[in-house]
Amino acid sequence: MAGKVGARIKRKEDPRLLTGNGYFSDDIQLPGMLHAAILRSPHAHALIKSINIEKALEAPGVVAIYTGKDLEGKIGRIPSSWLIPGSNLKEAPQYPLAIDRVRYVGDGVVLVIAEDRYGVRDVLDLIEVDYEFLPVSVRQKEAMQENAPLVHDDIENNIAFHWKAGEVPDEEIEEAEVVVRESFNVQRVAPSPIETRAAIGQYNPGNGELTLWCTSQNPHIHRMVLSEVLDISEAKLRVIAPDIGGGFGGKIGVYPDEALIGYAARDLKQPVKWIEERNEHFSAANHGRDEIIDVELAGTRDGKLTAIRVKNTANMGAYLSTFGPGVPTIDFGLMITGAYDIPKAACETFGVYTNTTSTDAYRGAGKPESTYQIERMIDLFAREIGMDPVELRRKNFAKKEDFPFTNAQGLVYDSGDYEKPLNKALEILDYKKLREEQEALRNEGKLVGIGFSTYVELCGFGPSAVAGAIGFQGGVWENATIRVHPSGKVTVFSGTSPHGQGHNTTFSQVVSDKLGIPLEDIEFVFSDTKAVSMGWGTYGSRSVAVGGGAISIAADRIIEKAKKIAAHELETSVEDIEFEDGVFKISGVPGMERKFVDIAKSANYAWNLPEGVEPALEAQAFFDPENFVYPFGTHIVVAEVDKDTGQIELKRYIAVDDVGRVINPLTSEGQVHGGIAQGVGQAMWEGIVYSDQGQLLSGSFMDYTMPKARFFPTIETAFTETLSPVNQLGAKGIGETGTTASIAAVMNAVVDALQPYGVTDVEMPLTPEKIWNIIQTGGENDDTI
Amino acid sequence: MIPSKFDYVRAESVEHVVQLLQDSDGEGKIIAGGHSLLPLMKFRVTEPGKLIDISRIPELKGVRLERDRVIVGAMMTHREVAENPIIKEHIPVLSDAARLVGDIQIRNRGTIGGNIAHGDAVADLPAPALALDANLIISGEDGLDVINIDGFFLGPLITALPENSVVTSISFEIPPSNAKSAYLKYFHPATGYPVVGVAVVLGVNSDGLADYVRIGITGSGDVAYRAKSVEQELIGKPLTEDVITQASKLAADDGDIGSDLFASETYRRNLCSVYTRRAISSLLD
Ligand SMILES: Cc1cc2nc3c(=O)[nH]c(=O)nc-3n(C[C@H](O)[C@H](O)[C@H](O)COP(=O)(O)OP(=O)(O)OC[C@H]3O[C@@H](n4cnc5c(N)ncnc54)[C@H](O)[C@@H]3O)c2cc1C
Repeated sequence: MAGKVGARIKRKEDPRLLTGNGYFSDDIQLPGMLHAAILRSPHAHALIKSINIEKALEAPGVVAIYTGKDLEGKIGRIPSSWLIPGSNLKEAPQYPLAIDRVRYVGDGVVLVIAEDRYGVRDVLDLIEVDYEFLPVSVRQKEAMQENAPLVHDDIENNIAFHWKAGEVPDEEIEEAEVVVRESFNVQRVAPSPIETRAAIGQYNPGNGELTLWCTSQNPHIHRMVLSEVLDISEAKLRVIAPDIGGGFGGKIGVYPDEALIGYAARDLKQPVKWIEERNEHFSAANHGRDEIIDVELAGTRDGKLTAIRVKNTANMGAYLSTFGPGVPTIDFGLMITGAYDIPKAACETFGVYTNTTSTDAYRGAGKPESTYQIERMIDLFAREIGMDPVELRRKNFAKKEDFPFTNAQGLVYDSGDYEKPLNKALEILDYKKLREEQEALRNEGKLVGIGFSTYVELCGFGPSAVAGAIGFQGGVWENATIRVHPSGKVTVFSGTSPHGQGHNTTFSQVVSDKLGIPLEDIEFVFSDTKAVSMGWGTYGSRSVAVGGGAISIAADRIIEKAKKIAAHELETSVEDIEFEDGVFKISGVPGMERKFVDIAKSANYAWNLPEGVEPALEAQAFFDPENFVYPFGTHIVVAEVDKDTGQIELKRYIAVDDVGRVINPLTSEGQVHGGIAQGVGQAMWEGIVYSDQGQLLSGSFMDYTMPKARFFPTIETAFTETLSPVNQLGAKGIGETGTTASIAAVMNAVVDALQPYGVTDVEMPLTPEKIWNIIQTGGENDDTI
Repeated sequence: MIPSKFDYVRAESVEHVVQLLQDSDGEGKIIAGGHSLLPLMKFRVTEPGKLIDISRIPELKGVRLERDRVIVGAMMTHREVAENPIIKEHIPVLSDAARLVGDIQIRNRGTIGGNIAHGDAVADLPAPALALDANLIISGEDGLDVINIDGFFLGPLITALPENSVVTSISFEIPPSNAKSAYLKYFHPATGYPVVGVAVVLGVNSDGLADYVRIGITGSGDVAYRAKSVEQELIGKPLTEDVITQASKLAADDGDIGSDLFASETYRRNLCSVYTRRAISSLLD
């Protein structure tokens, strides 16, 4: 049984999902179930003068209609759960439906409940809302100006928070030999999981229990927050996340809509189902990114980086979402030095309210942005001093012997060897040869570029004391229970909440190795607050590092207890018992053994247990890691630009990641591929666009470009393994490395390809027209591009 | 994405379609493959009261040769058009374009009749249809009618199709035997529709001069169009790189080129030229 960890094992969850036996929100059918639809604001900012629901009330099948006013005092406000300390954070109240003023296109205005799914949608067209338009603030830098329209009247200059970390005195920059400055716009994107959001509420008036199925990445957070919002005992609220078609951060948030469905089900004492429509998802589900990042990087002429100063102006949207404030601050600002030993660093972040959809964590959350700026700056600095960008990276890497390494912002990187993946990637690429080819192609008039991203990211948050110190309204530990049934089969309860990652497979590998039992004997329960006592869900690449850590400890406890029973049965002392590959043996005495299944049975039957040992074989562990984990690696992109059209062809994509112990190379590659697709998507195609009036112009997949398989070359992946000391498995996180690394790699390659035109930046996404314009103007209008 | 309420009826014959359209008081709408109509209904851009399904009418199927033309039934799917041996032999540019429509599911449902009748400025098939001088065979209140493709497209989603009528088939001219053809498409990254699609049919005589040129361009204008300025510039000339480049510069001249979120008018005009040049060049050995 041993040797499962590290093996390429196909996903256990796939046969069920691929044969159509998944159980997603929309598969849920309950007796007497009603359907909900939400009328949303078509305007970015307006007063609600009146709402006429007369005609709607007469429509066939209508059961109830609620406006914001109807719900005043009945449902609490939806809070943010990341209240950054020391930042003068001002949280504007967000109610489940707008009461007298809408603040973004997509703001909920009226909730309709009717008997059928199609009918309820028709009712929305019968409601008349009279709006009085208000001036809008859409873009964050404009919104901070003196006379900008206020999104919330009492929040001055629309500033939600102003956060600072680190200090770099002016002279560090001004007196440096070399200073490179650039401003980057990390544009707003839509996470766009294939399944939109959904919620189904069912209330039992007999005992007052409310069950809410919803598309949550973290059902226990939903339970904790919604029990307060809905004023119901946390012990009477059960939140279940059924199968989920992707989240990418967009399903972390506790949304008004989920509170509305829970409320309506309780109010009407009938089950209520809400399935979000795709165009609704574009405007009402949280977006990601939207940060303008101004950077100054200082160093010496021979390539020693000395200081970095960063200002991030982040568009938070109309309200602060669940994790929103933490993204451009903690997640971003403490990581601005990247993989480099830059002695001085400072970050200042403004979070700004605007009349747009709220932004929240999106795959990588802050780390892709911080990696983006530092990796882009490294390239610009290298160009400025005429050094190869790879050499500059090597020269400034945090050194292997300095780990655990404390970065300028005080974070302690758990383990690292940054040269290792870089060397491997260069070998795969054949760097020297490629640079020669590039030169030759340039002479033929072809535009080929090579881009690097030697990233490091932080994930697997811990310990909880640190979470408290950074204002996270909850813990970051994880919980696992392993229950051994009399037959020796095992059920594992985990507080993580998978939605596509494949926990079932990787966690099975961990348990299989630990207990020496086959993968098939291991089943999981996730994502049900009634079955799993507590947990913090799945985001921030935490599941293996923290959830897997908890499972490992629980497995150790099982073994510890089983050993006692085995020793008792074999009439020896515990110290003499060895456990290997599912068998308890007496060292040096062949034949004296008990199998794991034997002990499972005797523990559960409890006919003959040692003194002081309780019946059954079950163990729970709560694991609060002592530190974050810091995966790292090197991504390289080779890109060619078509001079006639500005189209970019990705010729090669090489990813060498070091995520500590690789539990399953197959699923890890899957995570890397997906992450890269989303990062490259940001660099090249995706982008939420608002008009100056705050209208959402990219509100469907007709305009919003998702990355597609045919846009990519074969992604060449490899791993190096530098174990983490933080958890038993030595594992770090892998879910977000691809996104974190890839944005900069692509951009660096394209800017390198365009070097003959002297451009230092191109705003994302890299639409062919922008590139073509650079080529047309010979790069002269660089600033306007 | 839920459409508003509608009725549905399956038509038995071409006459039945016309009858049902007449009886529906403007509420009726033909549905063929549904792959343009249903998305619009789901966005509630259009809300027809009644869908008239023409997908099971035998007369609308099939491909046949008729003297110097190929007649293609309106209900032929993109997949069938892409794979049909008669089309591949005589008017390959049509199958080449059909093969690049959407993805396999869409090609299995969407039809050539719907693709053209819809009048979508970004549909693929109008480009080869223009380059093959297509005639639309139409049945309506006044019996049979024929409308030439050049002039059929009046504006985005607006065509010269008379009220209460149905396209039954489309007839394409078979180009002279010395002609070669190509369809070159710049895929919109979001939708896969053409940002520009250029269909070229080109004959070169024994003296090396262009003696037959038909170019249809779709995607970039408010409607698909014949690039007649390019055609005129090329006809009778030797196809040197310079001649092709100069002529291709006129590729946007006959269209009403627009802008959208993805690309400006200037950029689209450039794409028309580049893709026309590349499509023509691909035919020369
Ligand atoms: C995801 C997606 C991607 C696509 N990509 C492409 C692409 O790359 N290129 C491309 O060209 N198209 C693309 N399409 C559109 C597709 O090709 C459609 O199938 C086609 O444009 C319309 O054909 P249909 O049979 O589906 O027509 P329908 O949707 O059934 O009808 C369209 C319109 O034409 C009318 N109509 C249909 N048939 C007739 C007839 N015989 N006589 C009179 N009126 C008629 C209908 O009343 C309706 O108004 C795509 C569609 C989708 C959903």
